[in-house]
Amino acid sequence: MASTVIPANQTLAPTPKLNYLNNGHTLKSWLLTTDHKRIALLYLISVTVFFFLGGFFAMLIRLELLTPQGDLMQADTYNKVFTMHGMIMVFFFLIPVVPAVLGNFLVPLMIGAKDLAFPRINLLSWYLYITAGTLFLHCMLTGGVDTGWTFYTPYSTVGSNTNVIEAGLAVFIAGFSSIFTGLNFIVTIHRMRAPGLTWDRLPLFIWANYATSLIMILGTPVIAITVVLVAVERLFHLGIFDPRLGGDPLLFQHLFWFYSHPAVYIMILPSMGVISELIACFARKRIFGYKFVALSSLAIAVFGFLVWAHHMFVAGISLYAAMIFSFLSFSVGVPSAVKVFNWTATLYKSSISYATPMLYAFGFIGLFTIGGLTGLMLATIGIDVHVTDTYFVVAHFHYVMVGGVLMGYLGGLHFWWPKISGRMYPESWAKLSALLVFVGFNLTFFPQFILGYVGMPRRYWQYPPEFQVLNVLSTAGSSVLAVGYLLPMIYLLWSLKYGPIAEANPWGAAGLEWQTTSPPPTFNFDETPVVTWEAYNYDEIPAPKQLEAPGAR
Amino acid sequence: MSEHEEHTSHSQAFYLAIGIGLLVLTATTVGAAFVNLGPFNPIIALLIATIKATLVVLFFMHVKGASEKLTGAVVVSGFFFLAILLSLSLADYLTRSWR
Repeated sequence: MASTVIPANQTLAPTPKLNYLNNGHTLKSWLLTTDHKRIALLYLISVTVFFFLGGFFAMLIRLELLTPQGDLMQADTYNKVFTMHGMIMVFFFLIPVVPAVLGNFLVPLMIGAKDLAFPRINLLSWYLYITAGTLFLHCMLTGGVDTGWTFYTPYSTVGSNTNVIEAGLAVFIAGFSSIFTGLNFIVTIHRMRAPGLTWDRLPLFIWANYATSLIMILGTPVIAITVVLVAVERLFHLGIFDPRLGGDPLLFQHLFWFYSHPAVYIMILPSMGVISELIACFARKRIFGYKFVALSSLAIAVFGFLVWAHHMFVAGISLYAAMIFSFLSFSVGVPSAVKVFNWTATLYKSSISYATPMLYAFGFIGLFTIGGLTGLMLATIGIDVHVTDTYFVVAHFHYVMVGGVLMGYLGGLHFWWPKISGRMYPESWAKLSALLVFVGFNLTFFPQFILGYVGMPRRYWQYPPEFQVLNVLSTAGSSVLAVGYLLPMIYLLWSLKYGPIAEANPWGAAGLEWQTTSPPPTFNFDETPVVTWEAYNYDEIPAPKQLEAPGAR
Repeated sequence: MSEHEEHTSHSQAFYLAIGIGLLVLTATTVGAAFVNLGPFNPIIALLIATIKATLVVLFFMHVKGASEKLTGAVVVSGFFFLAILLSLSLADYLTRSWR
């Protein structure tokens, strides 16, 4: 084993053991680390910065829509604000958040490995992310973009006079960061599993990240090529998407959504993996239908590539193609429903404890189900024609991406926080914030379903006065949601110093990551574990005291 | 299985030859673009591009002679997804004029 660095200051209270956090305190030891856990923390800090930046733009949007008049900003500014919100949240937060933070931290730990297969490529992926993020910030500060996060042509190639190419380049670079993460996960999961950890014993979080990595590797190059084509057409006037030059604007939408629809699954699949872990632990039961849940992740990854043109039903594609894509879009509902029903079946007659991560898991199931079912409505061509480009669509995808992905992420962050930081978070504050997030989220986005259904189009800075009541509700909800998101940042930072010291396995959870110390040593395990049991063997693990909550049965 | 085959590595001169071949094919593509062949222009350009991509995949990416099943699986799934992109896009383009 490689030699470890001796901590610089040993005057502190005696640390029981050298771990990845106290193994080197210099800035260099962080910025040049190849430890997957430290890189996960670098990602945690950077995605959090982008999350609050994207959230700031979201608040600007909600403030503008508080009144029917365009009184806070001009139409052009509003276009830029919602574009910034979308691009930041999609490319710099939602896509990397769970794989690059929780996945990076947990994949090697969960499979009993010392690190990822390519630790330096892992660090490179973070640097690419930071390069892309910096470029995007520069683009934002020098005027921003107003194309919407979707870069639709011909507006992005011949219409917009904003920094489209720079934003496209940022997305291109961020894409490579995500390809590197996916590559690393696939090789690691194939090659570095501990002895005895066969595929049918893998935690479902690993299956979910494996499926996600497949999409990252197969889909991301297509978006990279697409933004390059936009740049080429903008710069050299080559006829690719512009019909006057012999191009086809719908070609852009085909290429863009070939990646960007599966990208939704890049966001949601890892969160689904988190939820499987949470439900098994806090219901103290093996996940019902383990194999179906595992394979449904792969099914979602494959089916997700067959549905993209449901974003284009009103764009002028052939009616016959629309019917095919409508049918295929329904098929994605099957593996998604397999997961939801199996989680629910796991809860049946189980011993549930209502710790904070479990509250988020419940939130996920409810909100994702609403998001998924409204997705089926949108896959129906007749309804889609009625509500395309209205707030109904906005509400639908926020239920999936915010109600789904963020709930999973926050649930996972709380669940593994003792492992990451070695400290416990304050439970009552955490429960309060989980409640605020749930209430604030529904108050923000449920009115938008109604607004969209009665015809309020998205991406306008003004609206008829009869829509105001629902918009005020939505803005009020977004303030509650903002508090719900700020609270965890405050108390998790607080817990780093003042939280009670966490045991190795405070939840009595199954999984190899709980068999090492909290926080883990640099190379994760003192001895490579040998696995002789099935995943989620909760009937063999005693529940810790705090989980035996009253009313649990 | 992986019997430590260390790829079937070729000499430097071999890779240089492949690299020069790719450059020649690029020049051919550019040259062909200046000849008006009507509908055959894109066909020729795509044909040359396919040959170049095949060379890169087989030799520079060490797919030829790779002993790993996984390598094969990655290549096949890459082409499978390309086929999805093309076929489902064509499902739109080829049926747009149907009424």
